[in-house]
Amino acid sequence: MQLRDKTMIMDETAMGRALTRIAHEIIERNKGVEKVAVVGIRRRGGPLAKRLAARIEEIEGVEVPVGILDITLYRDDLTTLASQPVVHRTEVNFNINGLIIVLVDDVLYTGRTVRAALDALIDLGRPKAIQLAVLVDRGHRELPIKADFIGRNVPTSRQEEIAVRVKEIDSKDEVVIQEIVDT
Amino acid sequence: MGFEQKKDLLGLRELSREDIELILNIALPMKDVIKRDIKKVPTLRGKALATVFYEPSTRTRTSFEIAGKYLSADTVNLTVSTSSVLKGESLRDTIKTIEVMGFDLLVMRHSMSGAPHYVARNTDMRIINAGDGANEHPTQALLDIFSIREKKGSLEDLKIAIVGDILHSRVARSNIYGLSKFGCEIRVVGPSTLMPPEIEKLGVKRYYSLDEALDGVDVINVLRIQRERQQIGLFPSLDEYANLYMISPEHLLRARDDVLVLHPGPLNRGIEISSQIADSNVAVINEQITNGVAVRMALLFLMMGGARDEIAN
Amino acid sequence: MRLLIKGGRVIDPANGLNALMDVLLDEGRIVAVNNDLPDDDAEVIDAKDKIVCPGFIDMHVHLREPGQEYKEDISSGSKAAAAGGFTTVCCMPNTEPAIDNAAVASFIRERARKTGLTNVLPIGAITQGRAGNELSEMAELVSAGCIAVSDDGSPVMRTDIMRNGLEYAKMFALPVLAHCEDLNLSRDGQMHEGYYSIIYGLKGIPVEAEEVMIARDIMLTRLTGGYLHVCHISTRGAVDLVRKAKKEGLNVTCEVTPHHLVLSDEAVGTYDANTKVNPPLRSWEHIEALREALNEGVIDCIATDHAPHHLESKDCEYILASPGISGLETAVALIMNELVHPGILDIEKMVSLFTTGPADILGLDRGTLSPGQVADVTVLDPDMVKTVDPAKFYSKGKNTPFIGRELKGWPYMTIRAGKIVACAGKIV
Repeated sequence: MQLRDKTMIMDETAMGRALTRIAHEIIERNKGVEKVAVVGIRRRGGPLAKRLAARIEEIEGVEVPVGILDITLYRDDLTTLASQPVVHRTEVNFNINGLIIVLVDDVLYTGRTVRAALDALIDLGRPKAIQLAVLVDRGHRELPIKADFIGRNVPTSRQEEIAVRVKEIDSKDEVVIQEIVDT
Repeated sequence: MGFEQKKDLLGLRELSREDIELILNIALPMKDVIKRDIKKVPTLRGKALATVFYEPSTRTRTSFEIAGKYLSADTVNLTVSTSSVLKGESLRDTIKTIEVMGFDLLVMRHSMSGAPHYVARNTDMRIINAGDGANEHPTQALLDIFSIREKKGSLEDLKIAIVGDILHSRVARSNIYGLSKFGCEIRVVGPSTLMPPEIEKLGVKRYYSLDEALDGVDVINVLRIQRERQQIGLFPSLDEYANLYMISPEHLLRARDDVLVLHPGPLNRGIEISSQIADSNVAVINEQITNGVAVRMALLFLMMGGARDEIAN
Repeated sequence: MRLLIKGGRVIDPANGLNALMDVLLDEGRIVAVNNDLPDDDAEVIDAKDKIVCPGFIDMHVHLREPGQEYKEDISSGSKAAAAGGFTTVCCMPNTEPAIDNAAVASFIRERARKTGLTNVLPIGAITQGRAGNELSEMAELVSAGCIAVSDDGSPVMRTDIMRNGLEYAKMFALPVLAHCEDLNLSRDGQMHEGYYSIIYGLKGIPVEAEEVMIARDIMLTRLTGGYLHVCHISTRGAVDLVRKAKKEGLNVTCEVTPHHLVLSDEAVGTYDANTKVNPPLRSWEHIEALREALNEGVIDCIATDHAPHHLESKDCEYILASPGISGLETAVALIMNELVHPGILDIEKMVSLFTTGPADILGLDRGTLSPGQVADVTVLDPDMVKTVDPAKFYSKGKNTPFIGRELKGWPYMTIRAGKIVACAGKIV
């Protein structure tokens, strides 16, 4: 299966604005960030979480803990894969007990990744609450999961893919809709 | 062919450097899991593994058992005494019995070299060799290599001495196969009667003098001496063995300051290793045990995580 | 019945023959070997592009009967021999009971006579029960048809008994076929000691386990003036010892098996117990030495050491497996494919190693196509290509490490006392 970029839906500026807005919303919702920590889901949730934390610090002048969650061991599709994805380390180097954890991912789709992330997070401790921030919500949920903070809602068909690109991994910031090319 | 396409893990000789690195890299997050309060992940829920040991072992067996449980696999230890072999049930029949109970993977230890290879040919279950005769003990070597890499950062250009009964040691063989893929200089040292002929052909240097062998080494892997070897005339006495080959503080002066001492356990204190060394901070013997669980979790994940139908035998 | 084998290449080393000729057989005897013999009323066998030889002799087989008929019996072993191109086989005495008395020897000859496919000659034990302690009654064994003595399967560990055995057998002109192995050196050994035994973690058998005993037995031959034949020689050092003994003029001969000539110890790596054999498969250094010794004449004959086993003795852990290879039905093809076709061994030499070689050692009135001789003839098809498939063996022993090997050059026809007993690998 090959994919081809179809439409750009967010450029660098738009992504930056969306993250700034989400940072504000997180602060507003939680009336400050005293008990807030940000945890990104590997891979692209990681850089996004770090950026959100940086913006929160710019706005509030408070440093919030940031972590990265690897959810491979919690995936529900392992036995249907031909070979195993590589497991990476989870880097949550703070005690999450009693914290409000803002879970960050690039795209919210079926909800299965978030489901795995919730399990993984809860195995690390007992947070006071978990909130979900995503850059793009593309619909088609298969589980009763809903985001608290959304950069943009993008209606898609199941034949399309959403690619979020971040400078830290892909050397540019953009969100595009991709379509499958028959080869 | 990458490791995850192989059906079994029978030895390190057949693995590539990339295969070993993959296993070690996955062992890192597994070690994090072990260190958490909640040490269980749901990864292998619904999978079943059995351990069958035809030779007594507590730590390897327990290590596999807990590794399986941390990954949520159902883990069963089957007690097969060697006497049942004598009573006439063939190994093949025993294995078939286990297979039809629905196990996905079998961890097997056997006193006879090649027994796991024989079993692997005759079953659909995946086989992990937990030690066969004097042949290989791949998971022990993997945890040794993991421990060395963890402490030294890299394996490149390390000088590693393996001390003791090289002739009968599966740990030595698997270490030699594994470490030589990373460009280490490997030295083997022990009494001449416990040294295989033509060992140099494995790319190692042979020593009889402990002091010479330890000169400038980064790592010392001390093998356990089996007392019964003395009875068949391979060395005169444990005392003489200890005089010649026991790792003690004086010998360590020859090695590098940051030398690391490994031992697969259980220890014969005062024979192959002195208590001062075993209990000192140069020894990573306890850390090895933790790492053993992590490495075995990584292996179980790699071998049972994917859909088995799609994996070529 | 008259048979005319027409147009084949006749190789008869005893008569120095290697030419396109016809061979006429009648009433179980060779009648004539010559150009363009008239076919009269004889049945004509077209031997164009075939090689016509004296019937092949295998002086070292285990037929297992009496006692282990589940592994092989004289009937199945005779069929295997005939299919493999052999007209005469000599069976080792490690049966249950052992061939250490006239009754067992006579029983075997009687059974073989009834089967009728192959000339089966029993070998008597050197010691009673092959236990290595008391000499067997050799005069009785000779009278019952034994053509040699051997404790094969076990060495005679006691040097004094071996001395007496060589001394006593000399009276009857019986060769002593020695299984040379120092059991103290080879104990628990599974394979050749060397690089691959370290790699595979199996206890090695050093070449010295064989050579020490050959050296001892050669010395005892010098002491006694007896006749020593060294079974299944497998090392460079063993070859050197035999060469030296022959130069000295001692009555010493030796044999080599096909598997020791073509398969090395590396093959053990699969832990397939079909590679387990005693003496063990050696390294290439030794294989090269054996091949040189064949050409040089230090080795007198090729013998299979045909050792059929039941499946359960091989389908198990390597260390628990019984040693041995079922060799009768692959021997000729292995030698043809691995040695003759690549030019390592001359075809005439090969024929002598299977005919005059063993006949001379045992003093048999066979192994030639001289007129008047028993009409035992082996016809080879040097171009036939076939894959080794133990399922098609006549032997009950399916234990071969050569399974699936495609070989070129097979026995085409086996004629025993003037009667066609096998054709193209099938018993007639």
